[in-house]
Amino acid sequence: MNAVVLPRTSIWPRRWQRTLLILIAVAFMLVFLLLPLAVVFTEALAKGVQTFFVAITQPEARSSIRLTLLVAAMVVPMNIVFGIAAAWAVARFEFRGKALLGALIDLPFSVSPVIAGLIYVLLFGAQGWFGPWLNAHGIRIIFAVPGLVLASVFVTLPFVARELIPLMQAQGSEDEEAARVLGANGWQMFFRVTLPNIRWALLYGVLLCNARAMGEFGAVSVVSGHIRGLTTTMPLEVEMRYNEYDYAGAFAVASLLALLALLTLAIKTALEWRYGDDLAAHAPGGH
Amino acid sequence: MALAKHHRVLPGFGLSTGFTLAYLGLIVLLPLAALAWKASGIGIAGLLQLLAAPRTQAALKLSFGGALAASSINAVFGLLVAWVLVRYRFPGRRLLDALVDLPFALPTAVAGIALTALYAPNGWLGHAFDAFGMQVAYTQLGVGIAMVFVGFPFVVRTLQPVLESLDRDMEEAAESLGARRSQVFARVILPVLVPALLTGFALALARAVGEYGSVIFIAGNMPMRTEIAPLLIVQKLEQFDYAGAAALGVVMLGFSFVMLVALSLLQRWNRRWAEATP
Repeated sequence: MNAVVLPRTSIWPRRWQRTLLILIAVAFMLVFLLLPLAVVFTEALAKGVQTFFVAITQPEARSSIRLTLLVAAMVVPMNIVFGIAAAWAVARFEFRGKALLGALIDLPFSVSPVIAGLIYVLLFGAQGWFGPWLNAHGIRIIFAVPGLVLASVFVTLPFVARELIPLMQAQGSEDEEAARVLGANGWQMFFRVTLPNIRWALLYGVLLCNARAMGEFGAVSVVSGHIRGLTTTMPLEVEMRYNEYDYAGAFAVASLLALLALLTLAIKTALEWRYGDDLAAHAPGGH
Repeated sequence: MALAKHHRVLPGFGLSTGFTLAYLGLIVLLPLAALAWKASGIGIAGLLQLLAAPRTQAALKLSFGGALAASSINAVFGLLVAWVLVRYRFPGRRLLDALVDLPFALPTAVAGIALTALYAPNGWLGHAFDAFGMQVAYTQLGVGIAMVFVGFPFVVRTLQPVLESLDRDMEEAAESLGARRSQVFARVILPVLVPALLTGFALALARAVGEYGSVIFIAGNMPMRTEIAPLLIVQKLEQFDYAGAAALGVVMLGFSFVMLVALSLLQRWNRRWAEATP
């Protein structure tokens, strides 16, 4: 204890202690995170590559892939527009109730996905508020694509806004004010100054929003009605195949979703390494 | 006054706040109002009766008890993993760091069937447990394991930035004054981590309580034993008991609100810590 110069990693510098801690951390993550991921791919290929390709090219599989892409293609743009508008309002202006607005934006992250589906059933379902009116006009929302979109919009609502708000607050508004003073109109300022300043954070938020929209299960499961070929997204197709004891088929579709997750993680990590400074600090978000 | 004038240079206040409020109103507030309205249909007496039902109590107990246990495990191992990732350099560290987010990225249904296959009696891990006469899948233990999976990233990701910003001089000062390493950890490092640790714990807890997709496959869903509260809502919906489903939904939503308030208080505490320690 009489050493004057201490190594920078002074806490538990003993080699074996450090190695032990690293080993426990690695073992925990291998068992709890990596093994489930590995199981998805081994089960998907358990009955051979041929079976795998048949399973992912069957008509129900193809229609579930199409529906998943369709839902994401509607949900993501909606929440991009919302995220930018909300971030502009919260990060650039002072007004009463701003804290409440921020809490409201975060709310979907702390609500059970089942409740996210339930609220739309109670609003648009046959016994819901607008049920009789919708029925009389022949409009279907629940057990149809609009319901899937609404439930997905709800659960992915915070992603873009939460990435943009802290970044825009940290950046301040000097650039935008300068653009205005120099004569830019509102949209010129937005497209030439604001958007370039936030592009990487926007991409980051879109990436997470998309991954969740494509992978959402609980919320869409409640509003879907599980009509094969019409309202079953990929996660729902996985569930239906699994419940029909078609394990190879379920894991085949699941492996596609797992690949999407890995791709998302890879791009996310690349963005963090390359553009970490332009992303601001990320608060961990629920998903 | 100067500030207000300053901000008026920027356009779009009306448009952005108007759009934000309208969107939140339609997507979040109106549906939540429908939930409250439908739940009120069964009245206070109905709500109490619903909450007193053994099946409801068993489901709530499992959801909250399982989530508490899982978040506690995550608090311990999340702290350990965050510590290792921030303080030590070893091959594969960045890969491990990226892997932390896997539960966020992997769709819950995929995680659900994967965990079930892994822990089923004929699965890779279930096989080993079976040798000791233990069953994991289709038991409450299985529910807990799925909840550990979904909550894990929260603790790590809230602790990491705090650990990175820790002032090493304090630790060195404590050590040079004769503190043992365990004392340095308990007296110097841990107190600073407490707000972030609690935040991560609360986030993991909120997530685990409401979790559905990754739990229902491994749970087996036996009423009174392995049926979680969100599944009970789904069951009630499928039996067209809309009021009952809504009432249970309101109870769970009430918990979400409590967690939101607790989290915002924690955040304020966190910020005070950050300001107090230069």
